[in-house]
Amino acid sequence: MNAKGTVFKYGDNVDTDVIIPARYLNTSVPAELAAHCMEDIDKDFVKKVKKGDIIVANKNFGCGSSREHAPIAIKAAGVSCVIAETFARIFYRNAINIGLPIIECPEAAESIQAGDEVEVDFDSGIITDITRGTTFKGQAFPPFMQKIIAAEGLINYINNK
Amino acid sequence: MGMTMTQKILAAHAHLASVEAGQLIEADLDLVLGNDITSPVAIKEMEKMKTNGVFDRDKIALVPDHFVPNKDIKSAEHCKCVREFARKHDITNYFEVGEMGIEHALLPEKGLTVAGDVIIGADSHTCTYGALGAFSTGVGSTDMAAGMATGKAWFKVPGAIQITLTGKPSEWVSGKDVILHIIGMIGVDGALYKSLEFTGDGIANLSMDDRFTIANMAIEAGAKNGIFPVDEAAKAYMAEHSSRSYTVYEADADAVYDEKYTIDLSTLKPTVAFPHLPENTHTIDEVGDIAIDQVVIGSCTNGRLEDLKIAAKVLKGRHVAKGMRCIVIPATQKIYMDAMEEGLLKTFIEAGAVVSTPTCGPCLGGYMGILAEGERCVSTTNRNFVGRMGHVSSEIYLASPAVAAASAVAGKITGPEAL
Repeated sequence: MNAKGTVFKYGDNVDTDVIIPARYLNTSVPAELAAHCMEDIDKDFVKKVKKGDIIVANKNFGCGSSREHAPIAIKAAGVSCVIAETFARIFYRNAINIGLPIIECPEAAESIQAGDEVEVDFDSGIITDITRGTTFKGQAFPPFMQKIIAAEGLINYINNK
Repeated sequence: MGMTMTQKILAAHAHLASVEAGQLIEADLDLVLGNDITSPVAIKEMEKMKTNGVFDRDKIALVPDHFVPNKDIKSAEHCKCVREFARKHDITNYFEVGEMGIEHALLPEKGLTVAGDVIIGADSHTCTYGALGAFSTGVGSTDMAAGMATGKAWFKVPGAIQITLTGKPSEWVSGKDVILHIIGMIGVDGALYKSLEFTGDGIANLSMDDRFTIANMAIEAGAKNGIFPVDEAAKAYMAEHSSRSYTVYEADADAVYDEKYTIDLSTLKPTVAFPHLPENTHTIDEVGDIAIDQVVIGSCTNGRLEDLKIAAKVLKGRHVAKGMRCIVIPATQKIYMDAMEEGLLKTFIEAGAVVSTPTCGPCLGGYMGILAEGERCVSTTNRNFVGRMGHVSSEIYLASPAVAAASAVAGKITGPEAL
């Protein structure tokens, strides 16, 4: 399993209120959420993002509320993977549970820049910055997490068991 | 190796003699909670599951509180979805408008959360019940769905930070100042993936409402949960509110902590968190001159009776500044009634504040107090992120009820002593 795409880069403490503002939480339709993803910190994100693109951020990505709408919005926007120095714990759980691949790698988070072409191999945890010719070793997903992601989320995974 | 209080509760619920930090466990749940934002997503997920319904209709709490009374048609549809699910599964603890309150004030008041419980809630401030000596933590909707169906959840056992509280806080210092001080000290990810374990003889000088406020904002330091020892005050609270039996767990003397801090409560001053992170704290004496447009007193953090009493004490015989919007939101119907009987509501209205039915509304920028471009608000809520309460250029300053009320009167950020 792998992901490949162009990078959108953000800083520390990207919170769930900017990932999907609460004024849009009167819906839970993924496409409606995706239409407002990141708009309070990056108005252009929704216009520019293409299927397969990758978000790279620094520490504590996804802090704040427990809204699963945040990873849902990111996934529905077409993002194939989020790489960060660290993730807030509820976001981490939610992302895995809905089948959005995320990976912790401080070195990659530091080095990769906006617009870079990046590839992630989930089996090995290897992150390759194709633009810069650099590679990083992130935390590989344990097998059960890979299965949850392959099943597109925890519920399908439980049903398949 | 010794265990922390959190680890002991988790071990017992996983039917294990002991656990250690980092271990993956599956634990039995005593309560699964959801609100009107998170439950509809969970309900949709649960409908996809091959299941015959909920694991225990008495151990699920559904509290529409964020956008109720319904703020618009879409919110009304969400609430309808939750209501119909509650009816279909005969959920005992579904709280309709008229009996609801802000979930984290309501559940302890109704006696649904007690010491020794393992509780998950699809709301990040579920960590509030640690004030009673329970392990409680926020999760997302999918975890809520799996929890409602199976009565179990998986956890990675957290490591811990020990915070020893000593001394007695001065008159205008409350639980909010304590937790803002801690977040300012360790940062918004200072306790990431860990439990915040409180101890020390200073806890006896903190009311239960103070402790709820402190545990409530453990998530704002990134913590998985915050937890207090079960003392006489906690036991008295549970005796008054709950008929459930409870179990008291104590940390082992040789429990392992990643970090330890000691805070002398007598040295703390009223504290304000500046935009746009709860860690941007300043004590009231170094705030400077910051004019404000709105004050919100309420939320799962500071909408309890004691909070309203403090605000009323400041507002009594005074009036909010010209042009100021001061919004007071009692967190539950009972708190509303108690505040009415004690004359607090009269004080608020005479002071020029408005009093609302219980709702999370303004805290997350839902409704009932949205900020326009460039406006500033002093709020007793828990987050001051970009755009949290309205326009992306608006600003939120987090503070205690005492500072919020004094600021409403002064028209700028002010402590009660300066009035």
